[in-house]
This record gives sequence, structure tokens and C-alpha cells, in this order.
Amino acid sequence: MSDVVTPVLKRHLLSIDDLTREQAILILDTADELARISDAPIKKLPTLRGRTVVNLFYEDSTRTRISFEAAAKRLSADVINFSAKGSSVSKGESLKDTALTLQAMGADAVILRHSASGAAHRLAEWTKGSVINAGDGTHEHPTQALLDAFTIRKHLNKNPEQNGGVGADLTGVNVAIVGDILHSRVARSNVLLLSRLGAKVTLVAPPTLLPVGVSDWPVSISYDFNNAIGECDVVMMLRLQLERMKSAFFPSAREYSRLFGLDMERLAKGKKSPLILHPGPINRGLEISAECADSADSLILEQVTNGVSIRMAVLYLLLGGADA
Amino acid sequence: MTQRIESSGYLLSSVLSPEQELIDIRISNGVIAEIASAGSLTPGASVTIESAGMQLLPGLVDLHTHLREPGREDAETIRTGSAAAALGGFTAVHAMANTDPVADTAGVVEQVVRLGREAGYCDVYAVGAVTQGLEGLALAELGAMAHSMAQVRVFSDDGKCVSDSLVMRRALEYVKQFDGVIAQHAQDPRLTEMAQMNEGIISAKLGLTGWPAVAEEAIIARDVLLAEHVGARLHICHVSTSGSVEIIRWAKARGINVTAEVTPHHLLLTDSLAETYNPIYKVNPPLRTNEDVLALRTALADGTIDIVATDHAPHPRESKECEWSEAANGMLGLENALSVIQESMIENGLSNWKTIAERMSYAPARIGRVDASSGHGQIIKVGVPANVILIDTKIRRKVSEMKSASKSSNNPYIDRTLPGQVLYTFLRGEMIVANGELVRPL
Repeated sequence: MSDVVTPVLKRHLLSIDDLTREQAILILDTADELARISDAPIKKLPTLRGRTVVNLFYEDSTRTRISFEAAAKRLSADVINFSAKGSSVSKGESLKDTALTLQAMGADAVILRHSASGAAHRLAEWTKGSVINAGDGTHEHPTQALLDAFTIRKHLNKNPEQNGGVGADLTGVNVAIVGDILHSRVARSNVLLLSRLGAKVTLVAPPTLLPVGVSDWPVSISYDFNNAIGECDVVMMLRLQLERMKSAFFPSAREYSRLFGLDMERLAKGKKSPLILHPGPINRGLEISAECADSADSLILEQVTNGVSIRMAVLYLLLGGADA
Repeated sequence: MTQRIESSGYLLSSVLSPEQELIDIRISNGVIAEIASAGSLTPGASVTIESAGMQLLPGLVDLHTHLREPGREDAETIRTGSAAAALGGFTAVHAMANTDPVADTAGVVEQVVRLGREAGYCDVYAVGAVTQGLEGLALAELGAMAHSMAQVRVFSDDGKCVSDSLVMRRALEYVKQFDGVIAQHAQDPRLTEMAQMNEGIISAKLGLTGWPAVAEEAIIARDVLLAEHVGARLHICHVSTSGSVEIIRWAKARGINVTAEVTPHHLLLTDSLAETYNPIYKVNPPLRTNEDVLALRTALADGTIDIVATDHAPHPRESKECEWSEAANGMLGLENALSVIQESMIENGLSNWKTIAERMSYAPARIGRVDASSGHGQIIKVGVPANVILIDTKIRRKVSEMKSASKSSNNPYIDRTLPGQVLYTFLRGEMIVANGELVRPL
């Protein structure tokens, strides 16, 4: 770090835009430290003892919920899981009423997964505790991007002096994000974070699955995966939702797979034998072949492991500093 | 209502005419009784209004208002909505047809007009639906509504687009028999499925489904060509994009009988407000870019866009205190319309009060074929019904501190300070608003 900046986090983590480069690196470094605890026989720290963390999930996402739950529990927080399927006002309690209820119960942090873009921003206006965005519609999924950056940094920083890249950013790393950018909260958060950390990001997708306003993003665009993979250090495959086919985004799953899927043949075109990331759950044979998903270059399971460390770091930094 | 006894009348002294001449004006027996140069009229029996330097305008006419009654009286009633209109300087409003039940029969439009008369704050004209139930399939009984007591001349499925080309063609043709006009809500339904906000840089960032400008422009292009083909009158509701302006400009140059409106909010607010994710800024058509705002202002100034219409759209609190995608479209417009116009068109020198009188009174009354005996949309001269308003243009007010008659509070200007305030509204000589407050409280 160049300047003497005290990177205190804001109260909420709603978007990667809430983080400076220094704050992002602090989260990655903190995760690195906390990861060591996960390797110890007793995986628990007393930091958040007596604090209440609520997992408020309006969408099914077992992996993200469990990841946050494990992270909170390893920091000794009390965890309440609240799954509310179907979000609309007509279907039941409004988000605002739920927020007020959770506040009345004394939640110190609410981790929100919701199908509406901006839901976490709205929740933050109605609650006194910290809000962590665990995925809002097609907007952002900040902790996913943080764990991706963490995973990339760990693997590409081979300098043993640097202890897995602690303190470093991602300058000079080429990352291709491939697939349905238009509907991907993972892509939005990663574009912001990876470019903030100095990586060069290329988005690879058919034009129908790129937002019209993408011209303003700090990325290059490619419609040609074979070409784009050449100089990549990392390929990040996005999950494809098959219902997109109905809205004429692409002609067929087969054609999509041929042009934008990752298989061993295409992977071999990568001159730097790129690392493979995928936020999961994967569609084997659609956006990624089984061989690629299970290959030595695939970090998909390690992403899951690192997810817990990153979420511990975020909880620790958002809640640990405050008066208990 | 009781017979008005008003032989004494009112003297408005030293007010600025729309043409910026300082004049005295006497209102008596419901009409403009005298006009003379400033300081030359003596009060006599008239009540003198402390009005020196205030801006005089003809009573405003809104061609596009949602009063929500019948059906959503929790959001607004004809009584509260027309009172809000009077506070905003409107002496006539056109109530849109998307009520529940839909205003697609003579019975409903007559009820709307009757409730407006009973309230007595301003004249309420009914807009009739183009198609039955706003479903876009079969024409509503347009003739029955035109020939009813409500004398409907403006027909609109507003909120929904008459998207079927053939139905639109027939509607345009059919209303020619009573000199009606189809007011089109231009929105291609397929291009705007699940759409949440203007499609562009901000929507890409926020992950909100885009509402492309072309969805509006494609319908306008089709409809001006249809209007040309059948020789009918077409009105375009709430134009929101610079591309729409270009098409309308082209159509007018070609001699097509098309008129267009712009809302106050599309003249002031942009899509960057969506970054708050606060649905108070969610509206149909969506707020667009700054470039669009500037094009709309220019078009309103040069007459390519004929009128300002509020698209006043009240919603109860719970319809806005939620996630953006769950929230209802629409914002309040009547009470702050003129202030927004002063801010966006007058203060920057783009336009002047004489032109605004045309855009907010004369032209909307003409497009709506409002009967001359009502006095709406007429040049202020001796003998015409006294529908006039007085504006303090020097004042700057926090919107949050201003009186509101609306039942709803979805006001996008609430955190702003805006110039100008309507202090007096006269409807055929009757003082409806005095000192910025209703003479007859709700």
C-alpha cells in the first residue's frame, strides 16, 4: 500500500463500488489470515460472540447460505436462517416489514439474497444493522467477486516471499468472463473488482447477452472465445439459465455450447493454461464440459472453500470493529 | 351549487400579462370585466388582490391526469385530485381512462365528469378508453362516450399501448366522425417486457431490465404513418426520447396531423436517479438521459412538442416502499408542474411565459376540443370566462414544505427547492385558491 490509508469499511457491503482498492485488498488479506483458522483443528474465533447475524434468503441458494452460515459460526456469531420464498408484496409480508421485524429482534447484520436488483440497497435504508448483499437480482454479488479475486491472487502470485499474494493486487492478470453477462450479478461485481485491482477483463458473450450500456465498463469485449482465450490467465465461466432461450437470446443450447462453452479443445488454445473458475452450480456439458470442470486447472471447489474465508473477513471487518 | 353572487368581483392590480405587460384586470360576474394599464383601475366594490408583480396566466389545462376514481380511491379521488390540480394552477384536467372499472362506457365517463362538478375545484373532462378494458383488442363504444353528457373527445388506453396496428388504424379513423383524437401511449409491449428503467449505461450498471428508447420511437413512427394514411388526428402521450422528437418533427414537416406532450418530470429528471433504487423515480415511460432532457426542452420551446401534460399518477405508500421491480410506475405532477416548467424552461431563458401559456393552456384545450363556453384555453380578454391564475415567480420553496391536496405522496421533487408558486386560481371568476391554499378546504 502506497499511502497511509486506514481502510475502514462502510457499514454495509451492497456493491463492490462501496470498496476502494485498499479496502478490497484488506478484505483479501484478512481472508488469508482467517483461512489459517479454517485449517486448524478448532475452527472458531470468539470475535462475534453475542452478535446476531440473519441469513435472509428470498431465493434458493444453499451454497451461499451455508457459506455465510459457516463463516458467521466460525466467528462465534448467533445465526438465524430466514428463508422467505416469493418476494412480492402480494405474496405476503413486504421487504420493509421484514426489515423492521429483524431489527426489532436485534439483528446486527442481515445477509440478503433477493431476486430484485437493488433489494439490498432498499433494505439498508430500513434497518440499523449492517446489510451484506449476497446477490440481488441481476445487479451484484460482491462476496462472490471477492472470493474469486482471492482465489486468483492465491494461484497467480507464486512469489514465496509474498505468502500467497498478501498485500498484492491483480495487476497484469488477464481474465475472461464468459457467458450471460447481461443477467449476471457475478459478472457485474467481478468487472468492478478485478479492474479496480488492476486486472485486464475481457467479456466474452454473444451480443444478445451483453448489456447495451456495456460500452461504459472498463473491459474489452469479444464475441470470439477461441481468440479471447489465447492470452488468458483465468477464464471465469458463468452459469447459463436455459429459460433465456425462450426469449430469443440464442438459438439453442447446442449452438451456445459450441460457441461459448469451455471444453478441452478450446482450453488447449489458451497459451498460458488458464485457471478455470465458475461460481456454481455448474451445468456440465453446457457452459463447461465435465472434463474441464474436473481438470487440474479447475478451481471450482477451491472457490467454495475460499468463500467461507472471504465471508468471515467481511463479517469480521463490518461487525468486529464495532462496539459489541 | 349555490348561485354565485359576485357583483363586487376582484381587482388584480399590477400583474404581468403573459406578454409581460404590467396591467390591472377586473374579474366580475365570472368573466374578465376590464383590462387596463397598471394603476389605472380603482377598486370600487371589488376585492383587491395583493398581486403586484405577479405573473398572470390563463388557467392551465392538463390533458393527462390520473385521478384513480373509480377503483383506487385509496390513492386519489376526483375530489382530492382536482383540488391538487387547482393548487397547481389548473382549471381543467382530463382524467385518464385506466380506472377500475375502465372508463370505456358512457356510464363511467359521465360519472367521472359528474364527480368533478360536485367537487367544484376545477373542470374534470373524461378521457375514454380506446379499447374495451384497455385490452387492445376491440374498440370501446367511442361514439357513445362522445355523444354522452361527458362529450369525450380524447381517447386513450394510457398505461397500455394500442399496439395492434389494425386496431390503431381503425380507432384513428373512427373518431374522425366526432373530431376526436387518439392519445397513444407509445410503448412496444414486446420490447419492454419486464422493463424497469431506461436502457443504457445506468441500467447496465444497476442490473435493471432496460426499457429501450426504440420501443417508444418505433410505435410513434408507425402511428404518424397510420395517421397520415387515414387522414386522422393523432396525439402522442409523454414523449420521452430525443429520437421521438426527431420523428415528430419529421411528421409535422410532412404535414401529418400529430400533436405531442411532454411531462414536467421528463424535462427535469434523468435516469441517474435510479441509482438510489428508490422507486419514487420509477415511471412509465422511464426517466431518460440528460441528452433526452435537453432535446425535449428544445422541442417544447420550438413547438415540436405542443404541450406539457402532467401524467399525475398517485400511488399509495406501500406501492413505492418496496423493491424497485415490485413498485408501481408513476409520480405526482399536478402541484409542482408549473414550478418545474419555470425551473427547466424559463429560468434558463429557453422559453417565456407567453409560450408557456400556449403550451399549458391554449394548445391542450385545442387538442382536447374543449368547449369555448368553459373559458379554458382562451386568451385573456374582456368578456371571456375568468379562468386565470397568479404566480409568484420570485419565490423559491422547498417542495416538502408546500401544501398538498393529493392523497398520495409519491412526489419525486420532495427533496428539492423549486421556483415559483401558484398563489391564486380563479375558475370562471370564482376564487378556488387564495394565497396558495384552497378557499374551500377538502
